[in-house]
Amino acid sequence: MEFKTNQQLNKNLPIQKEKHTLFSRLGKTVLYIILGIIAVLQIYPLIWLLFFSLKGDAEIFSNSPFALPESPKWENYTTVWNQGNIDLYFFNSVLVTVVAVVLTVLLASFVTFAITRMQWKLSKLVLGLFMIGIMIPVHSTLIPLFQFFLGLNLIDHPLAIILTYTAFNLPLTIMILLGFYHTLPREVEEAAVMDGCSIHRIFFQITLPMTTPVISTTVIINMIYNWNEFVFVNTFISSDKYKTLTVGIQNFIGQYATDWGAIGATLMISIIPILIAFFFLSNRIVEGIAAGSVKG
Amino acid sequence: MNKVMSNKTVIALYVLPALLVLIALIYVPILMTGYYGLMKWDGIGEMTFIGLENYTKLMKDAMFWDSAYHSFLLAIFSTVSLIGYLIISLILASKIKGANLLRKIYLIPMLLSSVAIAQLWLKVYHPSNGLVNSLLMTFGVDNPPAWLAEPNLVLQALFVPIIWQYAGFYILIYYAALKNIPDSLVEAAKIDGANPLQIAWKIKVPLIAGVIKVTIVLAIVGSLKYFDLIYVMTGGGPNGSSEVMASYMYQKAFGTYDFGYGSSIGFFLLIICLVITWLIRKLTATKEELQY
Repeated sequence: MEFKTNQQLNKNLPIQKEKHTLFSRLGKTVLYIILGIIAVLQIYPLIWLLFFSLKGDAEIFSNSPFALPESPKWENYTTVWNQGNIDLYFFNSVLVTVVAVVLTVLLASFVTFAITRMQWKLSKLVLGLFMIGIMIPVHSTLIPLFQFFLGLNLIDHPLAIILTYTAFNLPLTIMILLGFYHTLPREVEEAAVMDGCSIHRIFFQITLPMTTPVISTTVIINMIYNWNEFVFVNTFISSDKYKTLTVGIQNFIGQYATDWGAIGATLMISIIPILIAFFFLSNRIVEGIAAGSVKG
Repeated sequence: MNKVMSNKTVIALYVLPALLVLIALIYVPILMTGYYGLMKWDGIGEMTFIGLENYTKLMKDAMFWDSAYHSFLLAIFSTVSLIGYLIISLILASKIKGANLLRKIYLIPMLLSSVAIAQLWLKVYHPSNGLVNSLLMTFGVDNPPAWLAEPNLVLQALFVPIIWQYAGFYILIYYAALKNIPDSLVEAAKIDGANPLQIAWKIKVPLIAGVIKVTIVLAIVGSLKYFDLIYVMTGGGPNGSSEVMASYMYQKAFGTYDFGYGSSIGFFLLIICLVITWLIRKLTATKEELQY
């Protein structure tokens, strides 16, 4: 009621500033408390994980689970790193992630360039094929893919997962790139054509460098997806030497089911790279996820 | 200009590699799944054509319908929770301090692998040392349930980490959409005497209707094909009480090597996802036309 009369009194003012009445200040405090509680709920399980990764078994099972570690056992991390192939899984994750990300972003950039910059009749149809790809559940393709890679002798080979990651990430990557390419001015490219520059030089030396901001966004999104992927690795890779961190830690934990300290350290090792990337690049990640989903 | 920009060889060179990967690894497999679904086949031996037998078996398979029911419950649950995310985003986007930091904190679980989340939540739900039961015991509950071992609790217990994982994702999407609304529209409404609730409900929400539609599709389709977390945390158990369509398909194909039957489930899943996407787009499209 009071709010409304205020509004009416100030109706002639061109731009209205919100009034900080007692009521609105009280409301704000309540809102902050709610938002804060949600933030704690989102972050506390991870803090708890960090705590028990630094505890010994006796401490975990006798003390309160909310307690801080008495004397941090960093050796949990070194033990885990040297045991159970965690270092190898880590390397495999890096390798598969990097190769698949480079392949995906490069191929997607080629396609987006051809669709937004070049003239051809089937461009709409091809774009449609890529966009429908976003809705396809991976499980509906799993059995034939397994047979396909078996036939090519690629089961239990990193190439099988690299290729699958590329295929399934191309649609989203193209979608994010597309929005950016539409905003790029064509004048520079047109001038280059006038000067007799070849199309490949235009792509590699003019367009691609101009798209670095959006490329960094797609790289991070792809990196997060590939680093965390589970189903394909679990299905296509059987020998330890090619397993990635997600599947590797799953097996490792299965073997050491009761050593909570070791499990905590293993999980922390698997999520630290992503958390570091997020810490430094959070704006790009947030932008990328927003761009990738809103434009659908 | 036009001559250079419509060079057929260059277009083929730029588009074909990606297109081949897409067709070979997504479109051909979908067709093959449909084809395998008509076969009796263990993945290694002879394939026998049995027509729609897998599908008639599927229609009578109580375990499959249970799993479909669980997926459906998850879809409803996820869709309803979108309302909560929308409210949080409306608060965050109303120019409050710290909104940027908060939405980043909310997003963190989304960045982690489902396996790590699953293992973490297995510990959270641990009957004696887990966070949930320790908390309950401090509050004087003597015999808190073993959440993941109780057939009538396990599904609800699994919904919590799923919510935890995706909340930040949807809040981020809504927040980004709300931030795109031009200030002038909100200012105009304020001058006309609209209160913050009216501005939120009558102006902001309708303006991001398109984005809300996308999130509904994402939530429903995402729920129907949901797999990782449930597979790692319970494997569909105890006794199938947390089995969902994707985990049932995986178990049939790679657990019991019934590739024909597994394929029919996979194909069914694909059809449901595509039909629901189409249906939601169609339904919400008519609504929008009626409004304006």
